[in-house]
Amino acid sequence: MHEQNARLPKAGPAEAPFNPGIGFSDPVFQSQAAFRSILAALSEPGTIHDLGPFAPCPAGLQPATAILLLTLADYETPVWMPEALESGEAGIWLRFHCGAPSATPDKAAFAINTAGHSFPGLNAFNPGNELYPDRSTTLILQIDNLTGGETLDLEGPGIPGTRRIAPRGLPAGFAVEWARNTRLYPLGVDIVLVAGSRILGLPRTTRMPAPDPRP
Amino acid sequence: MQSNQPMARRQGHFAILARAALAEVEAVLADAPAIPPFTVLKQPETGTIMVEGRAGGGGRRFNLGEATMTRCAIRLEDGTLGFSYALGRDMAKARKAAVLDALLQNEPPEGPMHRAMHRLAEHQKQAREEASRKAAATKVEFFTMVRGEG
Repeated sequence: MHEQNARLPKAGPAEAPFNPGIGFSDPVFQSQAAFRSILAALSEPGTIHDLGPFAPCPAGLQPATAILLLTLADYETPVWMPEALESGEAGIWLRFHCGAPSATPDKAAFAINTAGHSFPGLNAFNPGNELYPDRSTTLILQIDNLTGGETLDLEGPGIPGTRRIAPRGLPAGFAVEWARNTRLYPLGVDIVLVAGSRILGLPRTTRMPAPDPRP
Repeated sequence: MQSNQPMARRQGHFAILARAALAEVEAVLADAPAIPPFTVLKQPETGTIMVEGRAGGGGRRFNLGEATMTRCAIRLEDGTLGFSYALGRDMAKARKAAVLDALLQNEPPEGPMHRAMHRLAEHQKQAREEASRKAAATKVEFFTMVRGEG
């Protein structure tokens, strides 16, 4: 009980005002709608889904990331994010609205990374284990744009033939890391690419066949 | 230690508001000069909490069962946060109690809302005493007869 009291925000002019930001204004319907979109994004990899606006967003998080976390994260899902986000508004916001504890990348149920922050590499995250492959990390990768970048062809379950995507701002060497991740199947991490309010799912079953042999 | 007194007072307010009915919360709010604009940070949400009991009132802890509770968090424009937690599913009350918590932090302890809270606390205390008096009247003392041996 005393521990909890110690964590209560203190009111008083001496302290910087504690501002946890806002959550959903209509939690039931907004989280249901977002869940449906996230499900669609991951079951039809490469398709782009718009989660709608969310403002004001905690610094460092994009609107779709905030909506995704409000929908999926809770006290049972440890979340990893770069130190700069963790110690800032985003960390406070996540703790207040989702109650999700922080974790190291290899223990995280969700991980957030943004272009510009150092990317620990896909194998830093939890790939799950043979008994529970579902306990792997879902990586929320915030990038510049879901279109207008280098083209990548996707194939695998949920994709008739191939589907072409062109995300801009993926970490360097992403294709190689992704190929390594898909080889871990049934283990491996799943990725949701986020740009603004839009998301694109890359589950571990999605392969990126090597482009034409390099010259 | 300096900040302990407002903290203790606020905890007292939480307890009073948790027990109060919607109409009682509204009655205290009516003593506010004006309700300033506020943002709802966390919409009223209903969940369950585990209620713990102690065997015999002072023994080992055990889980008595889950109880329904509703909570809410709001923020006034000056940055003051207001929270409310209460048993039950009354979302309108949760929202108003959170606003009241924020307003009470900004009002000096001799203000009209504090006086109304004090009256409400007295009222709750009397009701509690009345209930325990009625319960005490039905108390039965059990004892064991010792069989005399010669």
